[in-house]
Amino acid sequence: MCLAIPGKILSADESNGLLVGRIQFGGIVRSARLDFVPEARVGDYVMVHVGFAISRVDEKEAERTYALLKEMGALEAELPPEDNESA
Amino acid sequence: MKYLDEYRDGRIARRLAQEITETATKHWVLMEICGGQTHTIMRYGLDELLPRNIELVHGPGCPVCVTPLETIDRAIALSLRADIILVSYGDMLRVPGSNADLFRAKAQGADVRIAYSPIEAIKIARNNPKRKVVFLAIGFETTAPANAMAAYQAKHEGLTNFSMLVSHVLVPPAIRALLASPSNRVQGFIAPGHVCTVMGCHEYEGLVRDFRIPMVVGGFEPVDLLQAILMLVKQLESGVAHVENQYVRSVSYQGNLPAQQILQEVFEVADQKWRGIGTIPRSGLRLRDGYAAYDADRIFDLELITADEPAECISAKVLQGLKKPTDCAAFAIRCTPENPLGAPMVSAEGACAAYYRYRRQPVAS
Repeated sequence: MCLAIPGKILSADESNGLLVGRIQFGGIVRSARLDFVPEARVGDYVMVHVGFAISRVDEKEAERTYALLKEMGALEAELPPEDNESA
Repeated sequence: MKYLDEYRDGRIARRLAQEITETATKHWVLMEICGGQTHTIMRYGLDELLPRNIELVHGPGCPVCVTPLETIDRAIALSLRADIILVSYGDMLRVPGSNADLFRAKAQGADVRIAYSPIEAIKIARNNPKRKVVFLAIGFETTAPANAMAAYQAKHEGLTNFSMLVSHVLVPPAIRALLASPSNRVQGFIAPGHVCTVMGCHEYEGLVRDFRIPMVVGGFEPVDLLQAILMLVKQLESGVAHVENQYVRSVSYQGNLPAQQILQEVFEVADQKWRGIGTIPRSGLRLRDGYAAYDADRIFDLELITADEPAECISAKVLQGLKKPTDCAAFAIRCTPENPLGAPMVSAEGACAAYYRYRRQPVAS
């Protein structure tokens, strides 16, 4: 129940005081409420839970963490590449 | 998909597991609170990737599992009234009440509808002005702002046929209860990333201070969880206890302020019963007096039923991390997702369902 899915804001509108966006999740587009992320703009990624965006993904933090993690993975030259896995 | 695939990278996962193995010199018992994280661990076999001396136990973070039996019985009783449409998140329909579940009520003719979002329940109320729509509002802090928004919107639209049967639970009081229990074995916690996305990290400082136990806010993908485990092991090995945040791409220290604001406006903290665990002081939410007209508990004359769980079900111990699902004699024999004895076998986040789906046999030792 606490799952939230990252999606990209394609458009955002305000009607009757409610903020609603069209959000792209991979190949699927759905609408979600943006009331809790008023700072989010078109092109931003948001985490969506039960039809509400609960955070704007911090792209810089995500890149920084991922760069560190990738560096860590890349150091491990003796590990077999992904493709050789049977699973 | 961006922000998902890169956190499922097997090479990074194995490298993290290796670093955990190199860092951990002692046996450490860690708990992930959230059932979504339990499912990631079982689905990707993260527990088997970890060294033997890192033991993962699963926490009570499955809202469907901890919703009291009595709440389900009351939801069923409401759904059987001809003037009511009962709207629920899908997971709740097969959760056993004391005699039946909402699916059976639906088969008997009750108007039970599944919604993905509380906003759909509002739409159903708008489209059915002659009937009363009751939304079964369950969840942790992640879901509470959305449910609060539904009540807020109903009030501001002047909807008079919408109400909520509320069963909301809060994470920090549950962790406190687990830590205060004499049977506690947990030495470090992975705090739930989406609860903290809403509430921030500061609520966990008091727990770290009072129990000297490390807490790392973790995400939901395999790489997130392994990184959180590594951060916990590093703290434990060096004898320190802090709140740390692994899930920085979604969680800020102060959390989501607009979401907290709507939560405050609509709900207040109250004592709450957890299925299988019992009442934990100030561990739930109820609607404030200003929203009494939207509180199904107050507007319908609901009988207060008390009921016992099936004696064979050990879900109380599973939810507290004291037993594994595979320790249960009924597991996968008399208790399956089709015929569950307890809620953790039903929910997509229940630990028993995770083991049933991904690991029917206990891990060879």
